[in-house]
Amino acid sequence: MSDRAARPEDLMGLSDDEYDTILEILGRTPNFTELGIFSVMWSEHCSYKSSKFWLKTLPTEGPQVIQGPGENAGVIDIGDGLAAIFKIESHNHPSFIEPYQGAATGVGGIMRDVFTMGARPIANMNALRFGSPDHPKTRHLVDGVIAGIGGYGNCMGVPTVGGEVNFDPAYNGNILVNAMTVGIASTDKIFYSAAAGVGLPVVYVGAKTGRDGIHGATMASAEFDDDSDEKRPTVQVGDPFTEKLLLEACLELMATDAIIAIQDMGAAGLTSSSVEMASKGEVGITLTLDHVPQRETDMTPYEMMLSESQERMLMVLKPGREEMARAIFDKWELDLAVIGETNDSQRLLLMWQDEVVADIPVPPLVDAAPEYERPWTATPPRAVLGPDDVTAPDDLAEALLQLVASPDLCSRRWVWEQYDHMVMGDTVGRPGGDAALVRIHGTNKALAISTDCTPRYVVANPVEGGMQAVAESWRNVTAVGATPLAVTNNLNFGNPERPEIMGQLVGAVKGMGAACEALDAPVVSGNVSLYNETNGEAILPTPVIGCVGIIDDLTKAPGGAFIDEGDAVFVVGETAGWLGCSIYQRDQAGGTAGAPPPVDLDTERGNGEFVRTAIHAGQINACHDVSDGGIAVALAEMAIAGDLGADISHENDLPAHAWAFGEDQARYIVTCADATALTAAAKDAGVHMERIGTVGGVALTLPEAKPISVAGLRDAHSRWLPTYMASRES
Amino acid sequence: MSAPSVAVIVFPGSNCDRDIAVTLEAALGHAPQMVWHGDSSLPKVDLIAVPGGFSYGDYLRSGAMAANSPIMREVVAQAGRGVPVLGICNGFQVLTECGLLPGVLMRNASLKFICRDVDLRVERSDTVFTSGYGAGDVIRVPVAHHDGNYFTDPDTLKSLEDNGRVAFRYCAPDGAITDAANPNGSLANIAGILNETGNVLGMMPHPERLADPLLGGTDGAPMFTALAEAIAA
Repeated sequence: MSDRAARPEDLMGLSDDEYDTILEILGRTPNFTELGIFSVMWSEHCSYKSSKFWLKTLPTEGPQVIQGPGENAGVIDIGDGLAAIFKIESHNHPSFIEPYQGAATGVGGIMRDVFTMGARPIANMNALRFGSPDHPKTRHLVDGVIAGIGGYGNCMGVPTVGGEVNFDPAYNGNILVNAMTVGIASTDKIFYSAAAGVGLPVVYVGAKTGRDGIHGATMASAEFDDDSDEKRPTVQVGDPFTEKLLLEACLELMATDAIIAIQDMGAAGLTSSSVEMASKGEVGITLTLDHVPQRETDMTPYEMMLSESQERMLMVLKPGREEMARAIFDKWELDLAVIGETNDSQRLLLMWQDEVVADIPVPPLVDAAPEYERPWTATPPRAVLGPDDVTAPDDLAEALLQLVASPDLCSRRWVWEQYDHMVMGDTVGRPGGDAALVRIHGTNKALAISTDCTPRYVVANPVEGGMQAVAESWRNVTAVGATPLAVTNNLNFGNPERPEIMGQLVGAVKGMGAACEALDAPVVSGNVSLYNETNGEAILPTPVIGCVGIIDDLTKAPGGAFIDEGDAVFVVGETAGWLGCSIYQRDQAGGTAGAPPPVDLDTERGNGEFVRTAIHAGQINACHDVSDGGIAVALAEMAIAGDLGADISHENDLPAHAWAFGEDQARYIVTCADATALTAAAKDAGVHMERIGTVGGVALTLPEAKPISVAGLRDAHSRWLPTYMASRES
Repeated sequence: MSAPSVAVIVFPGSNCDRDIAVTLEAALGHAPQMVWHGDSSLPKVDLIAVPGGFSYGDYLRSGAMAANSPIMREVVAQAGRGVPVLGICNGFQVLTECGLLPGVLMRNASLKFICRDVDLRVERSDTVFTSGYGAGDVIRVPVAHHDGNYFTDPDTLKSLEDNGRVAFRYCAPDGAITDAANPNGSLANIAGILNETGNVLGMMPHPERLADPLLGGTDGAPMFTALAEAIAA
């Protein structure tokens, strides 16, 4: 046992046990730089020490999977010699402290993860959770985060094509900013991070290193308190212009044969990139830190190794290719510096001013990273509520108008008009639909992308909620006619050291795993964000799923708008009037209670396959998934989008509000010209489908409700967000 | 005669260079040449396009640094010899900064980036850029910018108006010039202007983005087909 008093004043977030392991590995007391390196490598953010045990249970394989979790991003085969490379990642803590830069660098980081692997990014998505609109910080955070996402993506020239924005008091002290990027690469030009070979140059490219973001990964692995604003210096500052140059320079160099391995410097910067490359390549790396391009004077080895300055990459090149690489980076006016070499020592050796400033064996730094099977308690099940257990509204039409005008269901136009969603000239399905649809350049194919999670379901039943997140994203991709191929996940939870929080994580992962298995949508990449708490108040458990699918003929993709008067309107899937944990219950009937809607994965799959087949057969004119707000909200959105009404009726024993607002899963609204043919097709497929009405007129008329003009719906739908953001009082 | 030759200027930070190249190729039947900003000469060209994006990250002022790139001296010289020059979005900003067009593009009145389809009234159909439209036509194309708020002094505005140098204005769907139809606060709803000789057009909206039916519209296409015909003649 070492002399604890001899340690640096704190353990930089490491536990006593973790510190003791470090002493064993080194056989001595770590110096300050070494302790910093262990601290960030073993932070929750970098090591996944609380979640790894459970993440291993997720399905990650399939014939379409080229690279599953463990690299910078996941890679799937999309045919024609092309791969889609994608990942979602959180930047929650930085965005709460400094919303513009936090969100901007989140977007920059995830794009780097994707182009590090050889892909040109073609689409950005996001999933955002803010606190209550009444909270004094919310407006400022919304404004900054949206501007930051736009500021970075717009400058990069990568379209931001969709996402989700929700509000809940549970995020008052800890917002969520999850950013996703999808890129395209040739399957024979995918780059990995293993630095295989010795005597190879280790090359630093991109922006210079400054003192920004030092210990960002450690900050991201701790809870917040009232003094969190003091952590602002740990937030990085983004420069999308430099990243645009870095993207073009890297892709130009990747077209040659110079690169053996490449890794972006994200969380934990030079430390994690060099350690990852050495570990995966089973080699050692010696870095001479004097050669690191520096933006500030007198930087110490500790600062250089832990800086999270943005827009940097580390590469291992073939010997003799340095000058060719330098010519490319000179053209793009970016730094390129040879800062080290690989060797067979399997050690990370850092030299500075002719002295050894760190010497750490790589395998234990990576493999002995702590892994905890933290104690957990399952979330107690809630009672199932019947359709009559949730109060009916006085006026169903009025309730619908209020719901479409509510913070969670109103139009997000104010948000996505700040994103360049059209640059690159391939955005076929613009924001606002079920899934974004982005053409694969020069082809008639498109990728469909959706991000989803319903945290109020997850908190009520993590297993069902985890399943539902996968099911809904899968359903959204299906609703535009695409075949879902794989998912990426972003697990946002509170403090895993609390058994009930850990229980949420465990339950959600179990649910996700089951759904991914049943829906053939393996998890190929992801990110875990824990300790999302402020002063001991945890966020709602928010396991976001980003789903990517493909449609071979994008001209077949239906929109979500009513298009032809006289089209028959159907609901695919059974409606049981499930109001437990529904938006209606939360916003109109006094808060969420009861069990969330169950997910039947066989039905989900069967209904989805039926809808997709009918879309490909050209039988469907419009399609929209049924989710928050149920059938009524889905119909209202289709009416607003198409500027056409519909006359809706139903015959069953359900109370009208349960039928209208219930959130039973596995459902779609579809419209078609030939009702007889679609009905026959559903019957053949064994899929439950009900005719509920006809498209036409200027009003939406629901059962037991007065007609609502489409103009009135649109006005209600479009009003809240711009009005809220323009007002000053909180 | 040989096929017309078109150059697209690429600055560090340009990001609509591919988009305009795709649209030009569809109109011309062959790909334009991509010319790097560091070059100081141009081959013989019949049309020069200065694309949108964030040249030099919009640092200093949008378009200001690109306007001082080596290639821009050549672009100015060619414009002086009557070669058509089309600047879109950041390209428009560059053309004002290098003095080919008067005025300046300030931050949008909303102070926010705006990406959406807008209606434009075509003010003239007798230019090389707009002959595919009729004067008074209303076309729908997108804007995507943070700095699109056109401003100039009263004398210059009067000169632009008197000489018919306003090519496009933001308008309501019926062609009316209204404040509500102005997305960014531009003076007199100006969306695009011409130089004195009519061979240089700068515009904030992106006609190249709506020239493909799969992307939601084709109102931008006539500009490029008309340009292709004009330079082939």
